[in-house]
Amino acid sequence: MSLAELICPSGTPAALRTAVDAGADAVYCGFQDATNARNFPGLNFTPDELEASVAYAHAKGTKVLLALNTYPPAGKVDLWRQAADTGARLGVDAFIVADMGVAHYIARTYPAVRLHLSVQAAASSPEAIRYYCENFGIKRVVLPRILTIPEIRQIRKEIPCEIETFIFGNHGLMVEGRCSLTNYLTGQSTNMDGVCSPASDVEYTRQADGSMSSQLAGFTIDCFGPDEKAGYPTICKGRYTAPHRPDGYYAFEEPISLNLSRLLPDLIDAGVHAFKIEGRQRSKSYVRGVVSAFRAAIDDIRAGRQANIANLVALTEGQKQTQGAFETKKWR
Amino acid sequence: MSIGADINPHAPRPGNAVVSRLACALVQPILSRVVRKIAARHPSLFARLGPHQRTDFLIDPVELPFALHLQPDPQALIFRAVPRDAAPPAGATIRGRFMLLLELVDSEEDGDAAFFSRDLEVSGDTEAVVRLRNALDDVDGSIAEETAGMFGPVGRAILARLRRAYPNHSEGPDPR
Ligand code: SF4
Repeated sequence: MSLAELICPSGTPAALRTAVDAGADAVYCGFQDATNARNFPGLNFTPDELEASVAYAHAKGTKVLLALNTYPPAGKVDLWRQAADTGARLGVDAFIVADMGVAHYIARTYPAVRLHLSVQAAASSPEAIRYYCENFGIKRVVLPRILTIPEIRQIRKEIPCEIETFIFGNHGLMVEGRCSLTNYLTGQSTNMDGVCSPASDVEYTRQADGSMSSQLAGFTIDCFGPDEKAGYPTICKGRYTAPHRPDGYYAFEEPISLNLSRLLPDLIDAGVHAFKIEGRQRSKSYVRGVVSAFRAAIDDIRAGRQANIANLVALTEGQKQTQGAFETKKWR
Repeated sequence: MSIGADINPHAPRPGNAVVSRLACALVQPILSRVVRKIAARHPSLFARLGPHQRTDFLIDPVELPFALHLQPDPQALIFRAVPRDAAPPAGATIRGRFMLLLELVDSEEDGDAAFFSRDLEVSGDTEAVVRLRNALDDVDGSIAEETAGMFGPVGRAILARLRRAYPNHSEGPDPR
């Protein structure tokens, strides 16, 4: 059986402590800049906060993974190198990287620190994953959310590194690391600036009838009826009119979250080493609820018991959940 | 007080102008004391607010007879009760039931989930709201408990009573 490590989101030091106390095997976090893909206002860690957080996590046997999982624009690679230098100095247990230049720098400068390949690298074939392993010493790949469990099982047999998959949280539908929808509307890049639908470009407006519209950079991307559940203001989850759909429809994906709690035993059996919970932008309440639910489920499975999975639908986007491509390629 | 108050800003609000002003005058000394103590105990809160320390937040607990005006500037902190008809122009407005707002401050509830379920409404500068949310979420412990504790056993009894009065909103997600 795989180790089934639980990898948990930490957007602030308090969230990190919450995740550690709720039973995370590892937490992942980032600095307050474009070097990570949750570069949200008021979120993330200063170097001093990370230092104290690493000490807290290590004292309780929890690993700290530092996300450096965005792509440096030309001429700006120094910010990513400095972040790697700081992370190494503070004793993080692994770096999560997407860009080959960043991977190369860390592999050469800090060969003793583990490298994990971010989902943002979108490496989904054995050939691509092996390339990263052979050239940068990648120890674990975070797989894109586009593979079925039989496909994951097959990949596991053909690669020399560990596999991590998402099990819960926000479910973007584009190929990770290659989505430019936000860039198109706001001029800011998810993959280089680290933020999809920056809050400064988002506006919510309540209409007189109780409906609420969400706008990104002045474009209306959805309008929720008075009793309808809402979702994130991301373009991939927008509702649009088209000549053949004048009433508006979810052209790409509806507001929905990934929840693989029922597939946990199958994923463990397929050889997945680690399970990632999405949501560094979420609250301590979310972290506490989701981490403790999955901690209990994984412990049950490890002990040979039937896992009793909590009902987490209240925490999902649009209060809807899916098993996405993990269940079937017919998804969407 | 109606627990099921409508969060629609155009819905009728409790209290007429006189009641509202009287209520503001009554709670104001408490609010001033609370906000000074909380700010002194959690100075790191302000760094996460960045440029939005000067933003005027209007926090609108829909079933109370007044709204709350917050300007989280550590040099000139403002936290005051205002009648809705005399509220200043807000950079950002956060509207919901009182207990939900309290639980969001304490991270007993998740802000995104409350937004998805439409129990929480935000308007104005979304970045300001996100910064305030993240700043409060990084505070350890319960601001509600701290506040209640400032008023001794009476304060704690009032908080306990409030929580009992809102049974549906004091439960976090069921972890099992
Ligand atoms: S628009 Fe959707 S798919 Fe694209 S980066 Fe944003 S969340 Fe991901």
